[in-house]
Amino acid sequence: MIGRLGIAALLIGAAVPAQAYKVFVSNERGNTVSVLDSATWEVIAEFPAGNRPRGITIAPDGSELYVASSDDDMVRVFDPETYEETHTLPSGPDPELFVLHPSGNPLYIANEDDNLVTVTDVKTGQILGEIPVGVEPEGMGISPDGRTLVNTSETTNMAHFIDTETFEITQNTLVDQRPRVAQFTADGKLLYVSSEIGGTVSVIDPATGEVLHRIGFEVPGIQPELLQPVGVRVTQDGSRVFVALGPSNRIAVVDGASWEVLDYLLVGQRVWQLAFTPDEKYLITTNGNSNDVSIVDVAGNEVVRSVQVGQQPWGVVVAPE
Amino acid sequence: MLRALLASCVLAGASPAWAVEVPAAVLRVDYPELLPISRLDLPPEDLGFAGAALATEDNQTTGAFLGNTFTVHDVAVEPEGAQAALDQLVADGYRVIVVLARHDELLSFADAVPEGTLLLNARASDESLRSEDCRANVLHVAPSDRMLTDALAQFLIWKRWDRWFLIHGSHPEDLALAEAYEASAEKFGGRIVEEREFEDRGGARVTDTGQAQVQQQIAVFTQDASRHDVVVAADASDVFAAYLPYQTWDPAPVAGSAGLRPLSWHPAHESWGATQMQNRFEELAGRPMREEDYQAWLALRVVGEAVTRTQSADPEAIRDYALGPDFEVAAFKGQPLTFRDWNGQLRQPILLADGRITVSVSPQEGFLHQVSPLDTLGLDRPESACTAFEGGQE
Repeated sequence: MIGRLGIAALLIGAAVPAQAYKVFVSNERGNTVSVLDSATWEVIAEFPAGNRPRGITIAPDGSELYVASSDDDMVRVFDPETYEETHTLPSGPDPELFVLHPSGNPLYIANEDDNLVTVTDVKTGQILGEIPVGVEPEGMGISPDGRTLVNTSETTNMAHFIDTETFEITQNTLVDQRPRVAQFTADGKLLYVSSEIGGTVSVIDPATGEVLHRIGFEVPGIQPELLQPVGVRVTQDGSRVFVALGPSNRIAVVDGASWEVLDYLLVGQRVWQLAFTPDEKYLITTNGNSNDVSIVDVAGNEVVRSVQVGQQPWGVVVAPE
Repeated sequence: MLRALLASCVLAGASPAWAVEVPAAVLRVDYPELLPISRLDLPPEDLGFAGAALATEDNQTTGAFLGNTFTVHDVAVEPEGAQAALDQLVADGYRVIVVLARHDELLSFADAVPEGTLLLNARASDESLRSEDCRANVLHVAPSDRMLTDALAQFLIWKRWDRWFLIHGSHPEDLALAEAYEASAEKFGGRIVEEREFEDRGGARVTDTGQAQVQQQIAVFTQDASRHDVVVAADASDVFAAYLPYQTWDPAPVAGSAGLRPLSWHPAHESWGATQMQNRFEELAGRPMREEDYQAWLALRVVGEAVTRTQSADPEAIRDYALGPDFEVAAFKGQPLTFRDWNGQLRQPILLADGRITVSVSPQEGFLHQVSPLDTLGLDRPESACTAFEGGQE
């Protein structure tokens, strides 16, 4: 037994064993959150999370878990240790995706049915502002310095850049059809925006709003219509960009410098959102139609596990160390 | 190229110098018609207009960021007054007009409007409008008969239900629809093993006594048909098809004008973000969204998309962009929609719905085409007699 573990550690090539993190997955149709242990990849708990839980995130210090209960028109707050719901936050109608300020407060929420972004103070529960944006706001990204919020609107097909001090839109960038997710690099120098129906990821210079490049996707034998980019995550050093490609059941691995697609990895069905473990050893993908999550070994560039979770997994977040 | 240039411009929050105004009109011709067989099909007064209003709101929200202004003007008119209504719109300066009318009115509108006017067909499904009767100033957002019948045919073939009992009505549009089903059967390998005409004798609508009669009549009418897998109804006039399900002599599913129907939109469609569209429409109109609403919405979204990307309200620029290689529009069907540049028809997936839910969406897997799987639906370039588009760009 000990011998086998030793060999496993050698194979991974890591001197220290992998950290154990808690992984939280929102199950849109099951109305629950599944909790996984990243050391064993076992599901260790599943708890109720309101009606149609989608967006999910966690405080930078790991003290609070936030879940957008879309059909309850609110954000539910859970204790990440006990899984008890501690309180709720006002979100505006139909909250879908949201993003926390890097400091942990406030929470910026896209209200899909109302063409608004709602800003909620997570300490006081007060709504600090409502920002009118385009039709069907969806993706939410925030710059690492917390100064610029980016919202994408699915029918307007824009990335709206919002000043977090004034709540004013400072610039708009047109992207391809149905933008879903906006993700800054850790140095704040690039913004990636996925366009589900356009089939591309736009690389944007946040300083100017200029589209520097459009990443396209191609897999032999797969209808181009099925290559629908949704979730986007970038490694801390910016060298690798991972893109979930929806009903093609694949994620793309993209070079963060040349923007060439390096590889496509087969995951579960209708892959939607992505999250790294804090050590970036693993990437977790939510697969809505196969009710599982795939675990990607980031360095090895391969899918190492798939784990059944609840019904229609949608979002995923990993607790900090 | 143009798109790349535009996108690389930073679109500032303040009104840019290139702000444009886009006044559009919707012209709906209301034909004298009997009440529908089902109360659920009673036409709302704002049919089509509500979809156009939603599209205008959507376009305006986007336009506000670019300084563009979108407005829409609705006109409903009886057939006798249709030409005068069109003339008035032209006199009032409207050059982008969504038309909800039948073949004859649409064609006379297309031939009457001054140069530089763009019509968007959001109702007429006649194949001839996409073929020998096509006009360069008309874009077809409504699917054609053959797109609809091909969509159903693919599903039936996928199911291996290839023996069809085709029942058509006695009106010219019913016969045209029957022809479309015959062509679809031939294209995909369906066999029409029995064909009957249900003659419109001005018979009973559903009443207390009518219900009992239907139960007798439809069973007798469908008796002794050759062995079939499915009954396909071609009833564009809403005379009999709604009576077929459960009443046929042999236990067979019904498809076509009743039962499993090929549609551009269905109020229970929820995939690909459609839930949001249904929510927004129901909030605006206070009723479920119908095909005419969706098609009017889509027509003005095409206009909005072209204006946003080109920053021009010139109808010819809108048309050229819509037909060009950079155009695409998202419309809650899981893939971008584009136009056939050789006849002005919008390519689109077709929903197959049973009245409660979306049962399937065509094109079906495995039906391939060298340009796009969507081109397995409807007339393809070599079959179309349309020359007004000069064969497109390829």
